[in-house]
Order: sequence, then structure tokens, then C-alpha cells
Amino acid sequence: MSASGGGGAAAATADTDVEQPRFDLVRRFIQGDLAELRVVIVLAVIWAIFYSQEERFLSSVNLTNLVLQATAVGLVAIGVVLVLLLGEIDLSVGAVSGLCAAIMAVLVQQNGWSPYLGIAAGVLAGTAIGLFQGSVFTRFGIPSFVVTLAGLLAWPGAQLKVLGETGTINLTDPKIVGLTSTFYSDTVGWIFAFLAIGAFAGITLLGRQRRLREGLSAPPLGTLVLRIGLVAVVVLGAVWVLNDDRGLPLAVLILVGFVLIFFYITTRTTFGRHIFAVGGNSEAARRAGIKVNRVRVIVFMIASTMAAIGGIMAASRLLAVNQSSGSGDFLLLAIAAPVIAGTSLFGGRGSVWHALLGALVIQSISNGMDLLGYETAVKFMVTGAVLLAAVIIDAIARRQRQAAGRV
Amino acid sequence: MDGNTPVLALEGVSKSFGPVQALSDVDFEVRLGEVVALVGDNGAGKSTLVKTIAGIHSADEGRILFEGNEVRIAGPTDATDLGIATVYQDLALCDNLDVVENLFLGREEGTFALDETSMEKQTGDLLGRLAVTIVNMRSEVGTLSGGQRQQVAIARSLLGDPKVVVLDEPTAALGVRQTAMVLGVVKRLREEGHAVVVISHNLADIFEVADRIFVLRLGRKAGDFSADQSSQEEVVAAITGAEFGRAGDEAGGDR
Repeated sequence: MSASGGGGAAAATADTDVEQPRFDLVRRFIQGDLAELRVVIVLAVIWAIFYSQEERFLSSVNLTNLVLQATAVGLVAIGVVLVLLLGEIDLSVGAVSGLCAAIMAVLVQQNGWSPYLGIAAGVLAGTAIGLFQGSVFTRFGIPSFVVTLAGLLAWPGAQLKVLGETGTINLTDPKIVGLTSTFYSDTVGWIFAFLAIGAFAGITLLGRQRRLREGLSAPPLGTLVLRIGLVAVVVLGAVWVLNDDRGLPLAVLILVGFVLIFFYITTRTTFGRHIFAVGGNSEAARRAGIKVNRVRVIVFMIASTMAAIGGIMAASRLLAVNQSSGSGDFLLLAIAAPVIAGTSLFGGRGSVWHALLGALVIQSISNGMDLLGYETAVKFMVTGAVLLAAVIIDAIARRQRQAAGRV
Repeated sequence: MDGNTPVLALEGVSKSFGPVQALSDVDFEVRLGEVVALVGDNGAGKSTLVKTIAGIHSADEGRILFEGNEVRIAGPTDATDLGIATVYQDLALCDNLDVVENLFLGREEGTFALDETSMEKQTGDLLGRLAVTIVNMRSEVGTLSGGQRQQVAIARSLLGDPKVVVLDEPTAALGVRQTAMVLGVVKRLREEGHAVVVISHNLADIFEVADRIFVLRLGRKAGDFSADQSSQEEVVAAITGAEFGRAGDEAGGDR
């Protein structure tokens, strides 16, 4: 959702058509405009349920573990969000994450590369795969579903080749292991918290001032202060919980950092605007002079790159890369996460934040059921049910929009 | 409204698609501050004429003059560069983007840091100039009515400050009030000194906004009427080729 800051009234006359009640929260909620709020409520409900069954669920140790578990899926899901915004799908992200982690592991552990070069090689391998898949998709007009399905089948084969006979490579390099096992001191955590809040407040208030100076309408100061207050509560609360355990993890900084970078790219750059345009109406985008296929290829490159980064983080946490890295439910969770949080499967609607929020929802279910001692079978079924519920809500929201004359 | 030189003139333009002669020897011109309605039955060649102006088709024969100079329009960008903007019937808007985002689609200000404030201000100025009735410029275009969407599409075509604006069926599928809104915008375009070419089937609309009515029939010019000196019956006769007084300059008698 772009920040719908407010409207400049352009010559409103009595003759206007259906006027939108601007603060009709209930309607906007039903029509899916407030997806973030919806997913926060879902998250709160899930946490309340697990907490009522098992108090340890909301302990700082468990919450820290939960966010660490969520980072790999969250990072991969960022790329998936961009692909979904185009109205496409990438089924290869799980396989790509495994292959790229394997490439990194082999180079560093067996060939003695420096960890930085090894990580860079793994990430660039992901970028190259994305370039290949995106080019095949756009050049031959094959549905992205099929192109990436081929990738889903092929890349795990490459992964087996890369790993060689042993099939498992243990990661011992301190830099790579440190990606998910580094925690910063309390002081550093608070510094980051206050920097983040300060930056958000500054950007929000300066933006408002600029709009007012240009004579545009701007949201009332009270609303903005409330918004800044909410952000401050969330950030300070998170840092407080993390500090209560081992401290602010590097992995969380990496995840939030990438979310912020891609949030900026999708909402504040021409390229990001074009992603939404192609997902909304690719013909209109083409006629507006946008190089539609170039946008598509770049997005597939980003998706595979983020998959590689997520795979490397998952490997770092597991301390190894093996034949099943990136397989199993990893792909499905990475696609389910943004969808649960409200990114539309139909293209043109969604936010990078959905990757983070959705990954938290999925990981909360998984973590909570582990804590309560449920078997994997039940876990899968519950996660599936939550995904189904989320997609049904998306479909209902879409129908409500159409009923209200919106497409 | 400077001088008598038409801003855009087509001389002896012909275009055929295989054996089908879509346009034969058509002379067409439009001046600044003038609204010319382009009418004719289905298949009369209206779309071909417009697409020739817009650079989608190139003419087989004939000359195109822009501000008195002969020009070649080989592609849509040539037309845009000259200052000819075309709004097609399907509008080509992105429903999931808001009004400002649609207006500036493909020509956003600030590649790595979109200048939303500036774009929104310009949008407000432009819509205000056209007396467009959109309450919130940040509402998604999908939430707007048909007439508002048409107005947004027209406003978008004006961003490059074109001299000639071509509108393809701007009032088709609109209700009475919506039609009035769009026609109001067309009149504004004339007041601002643009040359406007409107394709329409609706004679009532045409007589409301047009200064001249240019009739095509079977690819030929079948009449060029001054709107305030002719009747609907005359125009209909020219469109259909039926006898009613004078039935056009050249096309008489081929039925």
C-alpha cells in the first residue's frame, strides 16, 4: 500500500460522482486496504493463543529464537513479494537458495576462499540464475510458473553435483557462522532503536512540512505523532525483548535492512513504481513507455538473489549445507508468507513489509506448535489452513473492491 | 488561434491494408483552438485516420504537415515528439495506481527519489485547470467513475503540453452526467488553445462541442460541416450516403 497521505481537492463541485468517505476505516479494512493491520491482529491472536497454552512462548529467549528462525524465510519472501507484485510467481526460490548456499559452502570450506568472496559468489550465482530464468520467461513468453517449475526440478540436481559425494558440508568459518550467531550489546541495540525512531520521525515530519509548503493537503500533526509513537513502541519493545535475551542479533539487522532497502525501492523509485504498473496493467505500462520485459527480468534477478541470501542465512543457522537444504516446505513458506500478510496473488498489490510480517506469522505457528509438542504433520496442516484462510480473505477483499466499483 | 495555418494538415492521404482501401485521398486539417469531430459509420476509416496521425500506421500516399512543415510520422514517439497526444478508448490506466501515479507513469520525476510533492502539485494544477472533479488525487484510479477515468486519461495526455489532442470515443459507455463532465474538459482544451480531434458516434455530443464536423465514408471524405451552420440530418445523410440536400463533396452517388 502506498502511503495514502491525503488528497488535494481539485475543484470539488456539487456535481462530483460517488465521493469516497475518506476515513471509512471499516470499509477499507474489509476491502483489504489495511492488510498490515489485519496481519498484526492475526499475529496478536496467534501469540495470545500460544501464550495461554504455554507461557514460555512469549519469553525473550523464545521470541529471539522465533525471529532468528524467521530471517531466512523472510529474506527469500522479500524477493517473492516483488515477483507477486508483477502478477507472476517464482517456484524456484527454494531450490536456488539451496544451490547458492552449496556453492558458497564448497568455495569457502573446500576451496579455501575467503568467506566474503564465497558469499559474494553464492549471491551472484543467484543473480545469474534469475537473469537466466527471467530472460527465458520474457523472451519466449513462457509462463513464469513453468519456467521456474523447471528450475525447481533442475537446480536441486545442480546442488547435488556441487556438494559432491559427501552430500553434506559443515560450515565452520566464523564469519559465515557469525551471520546468525552474532548478537550486539544492549547499548548498540538501544542506539539502533533510537536512530530508527529518529529517522522515521524526521522523514515523516519533514515530508509533512514539505507538502504544506507546496500548498498540498497533509495529514494532521496528531495522526503523525500517533504513528511515530506506535513505531517507537514497536521498535523499543522489540529491542527490549531482544536485549533481555542475548541482544540484538545481526540476522535481524540484515532482514530489517533488506526490508527497508526494498521498501524504499518499491515505493520511492521509478523502478518500483514500474513494478506496480506492470502488475496492474502491463499493456498500459508498455504504452506509457515502460520497458516491461526489462522490469520483469530485473525482478526475477532480485528474487533469485534474495533466495541466495536467504539460503546462505539458513545455512549459517544450520551450520551446514546438505542435500535437503532449500527443499521441503522452504519454498512454500516463502511464498505463503507474503500472501498470508496480504500481498495479492493477482499482482499490483502488496508491500515488502508483508515478507517480514508473514514470515513472523508462519514462524510463530511453527515455533508455538513445536513448543506445545505437536508433531510435524499437525504443523503442516495448521500452516496450510492459515494460508488457505489468508487467500480466502484476499479473494473476499478483491470481491468487495469489485462490488464497490473498484477493480 | 494564430493565423490561418492549420497546426496539423493531411493532404491526399491514402492507406490500404491489402485489398482493402481504408483511406483514399483524404484531406484533413485542424487548427489551434478548434474542436473537429471525426464521424463516420463503422469501417469508414476514422480509426485508420487517427492511427495515421498517431504514428501507428504510416500513410501509403499523401503528405502530413505540422505547423506548415512537411513531417514524417513513422512511429508513436514521432507523433508525441511533434506534440500530438492520443487518448485511446481503452484509456490504458493502471487501476492499482493512484491519479498522480497514473498521470506521471513513464515520466516520473526523480529516478532514485520520486518527487511526489512536485508531481502531486502539478497534478492538482492540471486537474484544476481542466475543472476536473476528483476529490482525492491519491485515490486509486480503479475507484473512479468512468467519466473521471476518462478525464484522468485526457489530463495525462496533456502533460507533455501537446498542440494536438486526439480523443477516441471519449464519451462511449458514459452516462449523461459523466458525458457532460468529459465534454466540459474538451471545451477547456479548446479554450486553452489546443487543437482537438474527437472521434464520436454521438451526434448530440458532437454538436455540443465541435466547431467542425468531418465526415468519412468508405475511406473518403464525405463532408466537412461547420457545426453551427448545419443540421444533424445533413450530417447523418453524409455518414450514410443517403440523399439529403448536398450529400458531401465527393462521395455522392456511389450507392
